[in-house]
Amino acid sequence: MRRYLVARIGQTVLVVFLSLSAVFGMVRLTGDPVLLFMPMDIQARDVNALRQRLGFNDPLAVQYARFIGGVVRGDFGESLRYRRDALGLVMERLPATLLLAGAAMALTLVVAVPLGVLAAVRRDSLFDHLSTVATVLGQATPGFWLGLMLIYVFAVQLRWLPTGGMGGPAHLVMPTIVLAAFYSARVARLTRSAMLDALNEDYVLTARAKGLAETRVIGKHTLRNSAIPIVTLAGLEAGQLLGGAVVTETIFAWPGLGRLTVQALLNRDFPVVMAAVSFTSIVYTLLNLLVDLAYGWLDPRVRRA
Amino acid sequence: MKRWLGLGLTLAVVAAAVAAPWLAGHDPLRADFTSALQPPGAPGHPLGTDQLGRDLLARVLYGARLALFIGVCTVLVTAVVGGLLGLVAGFFERWPSTALMRLADVQLSFPFILLALTINAIVGLGLRNIILSLSAAGWVVYARVVRGEVLTVKQRDFVHAAAALGVGRARLLFRHVLPNVAPSLVVVASLQFSQFVVAEAAISFLGFGVQPPTPAWGSMLSEGRDFLYVAWWLAAFPGLALALTALGVNLLGDWLRDTLDPKLRV
Repeated sequence: MRRYLVARIGQTVLVVFLSLSAVFGMVRLTGDPVLLFMPMDIQARDVNALRQRLGFNDPLAVQYARFIGGVVRGDFGESLRYRRDALGLVMERLPATLLLAGAAMALTLVVAVPLGVLAAVRRDSLFDHLSTVATVLGQATPGFWLGLMLIYVFAVQLRWLPTGGMGGPAHLVMPTIVLAAFYSARVARLTRSAMLDALNEDYVLTARAKGLAETRVIGKHTLRNSAIPIVTLAGLEAGQLLGGAVVTETIFAWPGLGRLTVQALLNRDFPVVMAAVSFTSIVYTLLNLLVDLAYGWLDPRVRRA
Repeated sequence: MKRWLGLGLTLAVVAAAVAAPWLAGHDPLRADFTSALQPPGAPGHPLGTDQLGRDLLARVLYGARLALFIGVCTVLVTAVVGGLLGLVAGFFERWPSTALMRLADVQLSFPFILLALTINAIVGLGLRNIILSLSAAGWVVYARVVRGEVLTVKQRDFVHAAAALGVGRARLLFRHVLPNVAPSLVVVASLQFSQFVVAEAAISFLGFGVQPPTPAWGSMLSEGRDFLYVAWWLAAFPGLALALTALGVNLLGDWLRDTLDPKLRV
């Protein structure tokens, strides 16, 4: 187990390092970075001053070393718009995103996993067919459209819920549903197929043959064994929640990381973009690591491999 | 059921896109301020009109052209690039394989939509650049799947037999290995298609990608958002068209996977 752990952590560090380099490369290697960084209405003579101030006259290797060195110290430079520490801005927005993603994840686990289990257990029943229809529709419905339609019905027409912003629990309802819709659909489908695979195994037959209660057969023998693909997908998709947050937060004016990223891109505030994208990528990579480690816990075979 | 619904919806969208000029009856770009914000069912405008008096049906139909064009181009680019890299990496293993897998790890450490959006903001707006951005963010799935398939296919007897007969590497790769990984490639392409179409709409919705007045569903939704209080139809119909397209292609992709490659997980 220890060797596996060390290898996996080493790989994660490498991926984080390469991803940071990719962020640097994306922003710095596509033409003159000052053209990306500068405000639209800047004067020609100011361009050179800005170039000097941001250090773009230095060799690329020096800039790269400065960037990586800064990241290690948690310094992504100063926001061009807010004149503040870029990473500080990201951290300030993080709790809102975590709250939203956490709520979406909780909703998914409460709705999608039982849905998938029941659909598999009652295969080909009316319930199974209805849940298939729901998941197929959930996967096809674009989140930003669902969001706008929910706003129209529940905020504009019925006036039950606020259109956006962050406040009481009522503010959380629509963004959570929108963010969870696609995610739940995928998790429910995968839970169903993983459960069906496990239900066909001999040990389930054995468990039934020796007269175990059906709840125990399902809960202990089947669900436990289908947990690996479910945990993998749930973990990987949890990272996609960070991507989904980009759109969802924009629709509902939710003051989180996703909205900060979009605004920074629109304002061409690239220190903030780099901080936000790097941070998201690091969180995402760590999630993958956690998923892999969860495997080892759920399935002892992985540890030895 | 899945097959017919998927096929039907997909064909309907394709037909709408192809026949847009004849079905629309209006120029999607022509403004007419005297009939702005007409509700659906208004005379001459079955889906109503937008804030500039442009016919919504025409805009939705022309939007289908754009969505399918972007989807098809992106799928072609990603399938060719990702497929070739996956073939080479799987076939030669050693460093091409390691390099590709590390690159894949790095790409997969960014959520797809965030990566495509950031690349798009950097390379610039417009049709060509949105296809480029989506492709740059999306090719890696094909490369991974194809590499995995090649690793198993090249162990099969007919490949060894062909190699023993003195078949050259290139011929071996393209005549013997490629046809056997092609089904997976087709399945991945069909499953990726709707992701690309929806991602393009999301990016255009956020203000990047395809710009107004070009009738793209995403930017139409973004305009519709500003008029949500007075004209629900501006946001409802482009989004519905997008959802139906995604639904049709998804169902078709599911069916293709069930038929061609039931074990594949994407």
